[in-house]
Amino acid sequence: MKVWVDRNICDNHGQCAIAAPENFWLDAEGVLQYKEDFPDSDLEYIEDAMDVCPVQAIFLKGEQ
Amino acid sequence: MAGLRTAEQIRSAGWHDEVVLIGDEAHPPYNRPPLSKEVLSSQQHPEEALSAVLLRQRASAASFTFRLGQSVAACNLAGQRVTLSTGERLSYDGLVVATGIRPRRLAVPGPTSGRYVVRTLEDALALRQQLRPGTKVLVIGCGFIGCEVAASALSLGCDVQLVEGSHGPMHRALGATVATAMRHWLTRRGLQIHAGRGVVEFLAHFPDRLNQVSGARLDDGTKLEAEIVVEAVGSLPNAEWLYGNSLDLSDGVLVDEHLRVRGAQHAVAVGDIARYPDPWTGGVPRRVEHWQGAIDTAKTAARSLVAGLTGGQVPPPYASIPSFWSDVFGTRVQGLGVPHFGTATEVLEGSLETPEAGVAIAYTREGYVVGLVTIALPPARLMELRPHLGHPLSDLLSPLQLTTT
Ligand SMILES: Cc1cc2nc3c(=O)[nH]c(=O)nc-3n(C[C@H](O)[C@H](O)[C@H](O)COP(=O)(O)OP(=O)(O)OC[C@H]3O[C@@H](n4cnc5c(N)ncnc54)[C@H](O)[C@@H]3O)c2cc1C
Ligand code: SF4
Repeated sequence: MKVWVDRNICDNHGQCAIAAPENFWLDAEGVLQYKEDFPDSDLEYIEDAMDVCPVQAIFLKGEQ
Repeated sequence: MAGLRTAEQIRSAGWHDEVVLIGDEAHPPYNRPPLSKEVLSSQQHPEEALSAVLLRQRASAASFTFRLGQSVAACNLAGQRVTLSTGERLSYDGLVVATGIRPRRLAVPGPTSGRYVVRTLEDALALRQQLRPGTKVLVIGCGFIGCEVAASALSLGCDVQLVEGSHGPMHRALGATVATAMRHWLTRRGLQIHAGRGVVEFLAHFPDRLNQVSGARLDDGTKLEAEIVVEAVGSLPNAEWLYGNSLDLSDGVLVDEHLRVRGAQHAVAVGDIARYPDPWTGGVPRRVEHWQGAIDTAKTAARSLVAGLTGGQVPPPYASIPSFWSDVFGTRVQGLGVPHFGTATEVLEGSLETPEAGVAIAYTREGYVVGLVTIALPPARLMELRPHLGHPLSDLLSPLQLTTT
């Protein structure tokens, strides 16, 4: 599974960076950056990040 | 919303047995913040509006039984069962109280038709139909929802008057100093604000339509004309179904620091209805009516409940940093911590004279930063300030700190 953020929706709220700092962070310009790949053990944090995104911009790709 | 998130967290916490979600609304759980913002200004078909606000569900939600459009009438905590309004009884091992709040209505005499509130999707869609250019709208109450609705209505070309009630705009969340700045800004944006005034009576003009509201009288005698009225004057917890169980229901449901209902076994409360001891305000129990709290409480409460049922480990006491946001005229107001608990404010950036140009404010109590608010600044700015919560203001003000954070 991979993480995908829809940039058209993302507001750079940064809530996701609090829930899963290993996978999401705001860069020096305040723009969201993220890692597409993550170990299975991080799924729980990714799902938490998806929950706290106020605009539901985070998606999981490749769910079977 | 908190109900769904708690159910998902109950699965994550390792509960494999049946999970039933009961909700009296016809729709699956949805997101309320857009109701006073995007939904009012959009022309979407009701079905489109619903699909735009539906909350995404985790894969585990496929294993839940949803009983939508069904209402819980009563509960016997000692006997571990609930009674639906149809008379049907359901027994449970663990109970999650997530019934939220409903808008308070103004208890003043006068017509009842033409008065609106915004809590549900249906509320928002019904109000939206009335917001046409030139419509005379009277908004009562200037918390987040009142301000957002007033701004949305004005942007749609309505003629909007805002009756504040006892305090200034967003006073409960932002405190008096910032509320005054907000009032000036909103007035400059074209809202007609009746500062510090309340409504004592709704008026009817048309003899043939005596129940149709056509205005209101304020406590100073002023009469205002209005075609529609929006009441945004606070909330009442939906806790009646818990009556008769000797609980403390004086304001929502009192829970302990692990969000377990006080005086009950195997019951937790989450979201707007939970009154929990907040370490950010010195442990005084309070309810927090913000979106983020629904998600944060879900996580702790689910683990507390499952631990109680399976003998597992109880999670640490709930101590999430409260946070909120609001959008008014497209300008974002964001807060962290407990600004209302502060006794002094310090403007860190920008000026309260022009909040729309970007301002950051620290709220302090005995020299410590207890709350942070940014207006019209990128969210990253608030994130940058976040580590200062709970620390002395002097750290934040020293230039060395500012460059290293
Ligand atoms: C218009 C509006 C705008 C908002 N904007 C923001 C914002 O910009 N930022 C922010 O931080 N927060 C905002 N909020 C607050 C946020 O939406 C709430 O904090 C959140 O919805 C709380 O979730 P909850 O699950 O506790 O309550 P709810 O989402 O209200 O869920 C409770 C559910 O229980 C149902 N119910 C009640 N009694 C019964 C019963 N006896 N039997 C069965 N079902 C029952 C209710 O009908 C409801 O569906 C806004 C709220 C509103 C109304
Ligand atoms: S929480 Fe959502 S909106 Fe905010 S930065 Fe993350 S993806 Fe973007």
